[in-house]
Amino acid sequence: MQLDFEHHITAHCENGVASNLLKNKGLHISEPMVFGIGSGLFYVYLPFLKVNHAPGLSYRPAPGWIFNRMAKRLGIQIKRQKFSNKEKAQRVLDENLRNNIPSGLQVGVYHLPYFPEDYRFHFNAHNLVVYGKEDNEYLISDPTMETVHRLTEEQLEKVRFAKGVLAPKGHIYYPVYIPQDIDWEKAITKAIKKTCNDMLAPVPIVGVRGMRMVARAIRKWPSKVGVKKANYYLAQMVRMQEEIGTGGGGFRYIYSAFLQEAGKKINNPQLLELSEEMTKIGDLWRDFAVEASRVYKKRSNQEDVYKKLSDDLLHLADLEEVFFKKLKKAV
Amino acid sequence: MKKSEVPQDNGRVFEKGSRELYYAVDENGEYTTALSTGWDAKNIVQDHTMQEIQERIDKARADVQAGLASPIVYFMELRRMDWQIVSDYTGIWKWRIKRHAKPAVFAKLKDKILARYADTFEISVAELKNYRGDSCN
Repeated sequence: MQLDFEHHITAHCENGVASNLLKNKGLHISEPMVFGIGSGLFYVYLPFLKVNHAPGLSYRPAPGWIFNRMAKRLGIQIKRQKFSNKEKAQRVLDENLRNNIPSGLQVGVYHLPYFPEDYRFHFNAHNLVVYGKEDNEYLISDPTMETVHRLTEEQLEKVRFAKGVLAPKGHIYYPVYIPQDIDWEKAITKAIKKTCNDMLAPVPIVGVRGMRMVARAIRKWPSKVGVKKANYYLAQMVRMQEEIGTGGGGFRYIYSAFLQEAGKKINNPQLLELSEEMTKIGDLWRDFAVEASRVYKKRSNQEDVYKKLSDDLLHLADLEEVFFKKLKKAV
Repeated sequence: MKKSEVPQDNGRVFEKGSRELYYAVDENGEYTTALSTGWDAKNIVQDHTMQEIQERIDKARADVQAGLASPIVYFMELRRMDWQIVSDYTGIWKWRIKRHAKPAVFAKLKDKILARYADTFEISVAELKNYRGDSCN
């Protein structure tokens, strides 16, 4: 059985699942709009938490928050369920498919067979949609993939019950109510304010302050943990930034696209200007990644490279501080 | 980034038959989307990461061969896990796993416990027990 569901590739999995599920229910909402209204742009440094043997860094809020915040602001209701029993988790999913409900799932990526080997880490906050079942194989719409895929019952159970940090525990979710009238202006204003407050938060590990703390740490890495480990930390940082959640440049571009769409929607020309400014900041994040990747080509002057990267990141923090202060006043 | 600047430096996702979506600006400054086959900066850090992982695996293998570590350490590295993840999958406390990482303690483990590790690493109990640090697997 295959439900009527259209697969669209998106830049980020959680936005993508939310956008694809809502489009399926008749609410035409783009990925940037989901990301923006869900206040998806974030930054947090967790030096005490080691992820893949390197200091933890996240460019987004906890999994599920983007969709939840967006839903709350638009008056959409989502049903969410987690399971301790694997059979029950499958029964609920099968029941949903019988009732014509494409369902979002949180999964671990390590056991996803269609993922490239280089991406298969024990990362458990990936999202995908199941939109049918044929010959005991589930039809999978993974929004980070160009085409749809299939997973056997065993394969799907394995990724739904992956273990480790943020274990999905079979987490299934789908929208159950979408209001007729949506107050976009109110939702957009509230969402932008939240992002500004997050990025300007008076907390040392969050937002622009978090970026500055990381910048200071980078400077000391080569002398503190040695060049080899420093290079590994840096590789993980850039992977988190441009790869796993497309956090740095990628997220800045999605946010710029949101500001442009939102500016037109609620008729606020200031947002259009700010969208251009954020695009430029996104370009600088990508320059930072290019600069970082040079570490692995040239072996000389490692300390200087780390100093330069530290300065670049401080500069980005300054630009973003100014940017979010302006953005806060614009709404 | 302009749409024309979206990188097309074949990367790992492309090798597996997909591309990545980017948001970029067109000639009129309007946001649109474009597909990318990959980006050199990412390929470089990705390659470096894979190299580091391979080094960890090689070290674990040498340690097993030299009798310094039990096969659990090797398979943990091979499956890109750490003590906590092995603990979450097996349901065995971390401090016990660290004990089981000693060859002498490992040799005395019952099959029931070994089966929990073997399940986690997706191998048979025999493979786990008989691993001596050879390069296959």
